[in-house]
Amino acid sequence: MSAVGTAARTGTDREPGTSRWTSAGDLRRLVVRALRHEARTPDALIVNIALPVLIMVVFVYVFGGAITTGSSGLTYIDFVVPAVLLMSGGYGAALTAANIATDMTGGMIDRFRTLPVSSWVVPAGHVIASVIRNVVATVIALIAAIALGFRSGATVTEWALVLALVVGYVLALSAIAALWGLFVKSVQAAGALSFIVLFLPYLSDGVVPAETMPSVLRAFAENQPITPMVETLRALLLGLPMGDAGWLTALWLTAGVVISVPVAAVLFRRRTSA
Amino acid sequence: MHDVAIRARGLSKSFGGTPVLTGVDLTVPAGSLLALLGPNGSGKTTTVRILTTLLAADGGTATVGGHDVARESVAVRRTIGLTAQQATVDDLLTGRENLELFGGLYHLGGRAARRRAGELLDRFDLSAAANRRVATYSGGMRRRLDLAASMVAAPRILFLDEPTTGLDPRSRAELWTVIRELLAAGTTILLTTQYLEEADQLADRIAVIDNGRVAADDTPAALKRQVGSERLALRLARAEDVPRAGAALSAGPGDAAGLRLDADAREVTLAGQGPDHLRRTLDVLHRAGIPVEHVDLRTPTLDDVFFELTAAA
Repeated sequence: MSAVGTAARTGTDREPGTSRWTSAGDLRRLVVRALRHEARTPDALIVNIALPVLIMVVFVYVFGGAITTGSSGLTYIDFVVPAVLLMSGGYGAALTAANIATDMTGGMIDRFRTLPVSSWVVPAGHVIASVIRNVVATVIALIAAIALGFRSGATVTEWALVLALVVGYVLALSAIAALWGLFVKSVQAAGALSFIVLFLPYLSDGVVPAETMPSVLRAFAENQPITPMVETLRALLLGLPMGDAGWLTALWLTAGVVISVPVAAVLFRRRTSA
Repeated sequence: MHDVAIRARGLSKSFGGTPVLTGVDLTVPAGSLLALLGPNGSGKTTTVRILTTLLAADGGTATVGGHDVARESVAVRRTIGLTAQQATVDDLLTGRENLELFGGLYHLGGRAARRRAGELLDRFDLSAAANRRVATYSGGMRRRLDLAASMVAAPRILFLDEPTTGLDPRSRAELWTVIRELLAAGTTILLTTQYLEEADQLADRIAVIDNGRVAADDTPAALKRQVGSERLALRLARAEDVPRAGAALSAGPGDAAGLRLDADAREVTLAGQGPDHLRRTLDVLHRAGIPVEHVDLRTPTLDDVFFELTAAA
């Protein structure tokens, strides 16, 4: 094995002589780039601005009249708002996979790798931009909910926890999306994640009460991560008892980030060194 | 001018057991342009990716700007610019935003990055389109922007991987002008191409690469001399006569050195050796009852060189 063989590790080498602050500056530049992409892609804008409002309107006015909220005793808008908040941020977060796959399969990653920067800032920039735009999308959905008659008695502390949950949720989903975007070999395959993320809230307690579902679906709905998140949001926004939902939510989100970030890092290293 | 900018020794690389490079040696003196000439799949891009630290070789060594590509990749990256085959500019950003982004990532500082972007847009004739998104650019403009992006940090050594593939003749000529200017300003350039004319036009030296190894490495003039001073080209009246003509010439009294048959073009070519040789050749064909439609004596093109070098291997 000659000396050339060691170049496999050079792809993500830390630049000597550049401080942590330079990397922070590089990361900021790539976040700005990703947000510019967002602002210039009509379908991304629709996903992040129009979709949250449309989902809210459809659930409250179209389905709302026909769906009972079961034993919860809630009005349907109160019942469904937490799930719609999660849908609003989640779909956009899943698009991170396609954004990363575009950079990885086109020539852009080669350009970034020949620059004197640590190339991990490329996927990291996409993830941070995703968190920013999807938290904004969730806030837009919340404003639409309030305009449609949703009222919350939450305290400042409870609102802060709602925000923390939403940030954690879009961060975990964006990190999973990054992993998927680094795993697949095409932009089309990267889009498949959006389908799963869009579908998951329907199979939770968020849209219709799980107690109305057939037993197999009900078992799935009660044990998948969206359900405790919906229950935690209901508890915080509507003053309902939280039970174990808060801890389960924290566990799911932490696991999502803690597992997907290192795996994504390994995949990224493999993709940029072969 | 005797400094060596790029030196590769015995580079080898396999993908999934298939050898792509089998011992590539290259030397590029500082301030010169080497054209790496070869067909698709010959190993041109793999060579460039190894030299630009994007890919690890399986064996061999290489230095770029005096730095080892394997052990000093960061130092190499500070020295080089790369225009890869795939577009390496951002479609959704404007030309100016692209150059400012790369300037920022080279840590030029905000003001310096903006000034450098402006200079490069002027120099590569893109000022009018500076504030338009790259998605609206023509193929030629995009390649010029790609080249400008590679020049942001004023690299001493530039790698251009098939810079003119897919461009119309006018855009190609414009890009050639830009490449000549960069060369005149002292930049060392390694350019890959499948166009023999391009290599002939631009290069100080041409390395012909085929099946993962360098089949020839010389000046364009010397490579042309290798196939003789001129080529005798005979266009036959009937395509079906071509194989028979080949057989007759090989068996006949004339010298059939460098014989090549092209049934599609109804053409038989061989190394030209003066008027007597021409007369003998025509006699052979006449006796074999093969009508000749057109006779041409021409200087060899790099196509001829390429054919000689790669067909023999």
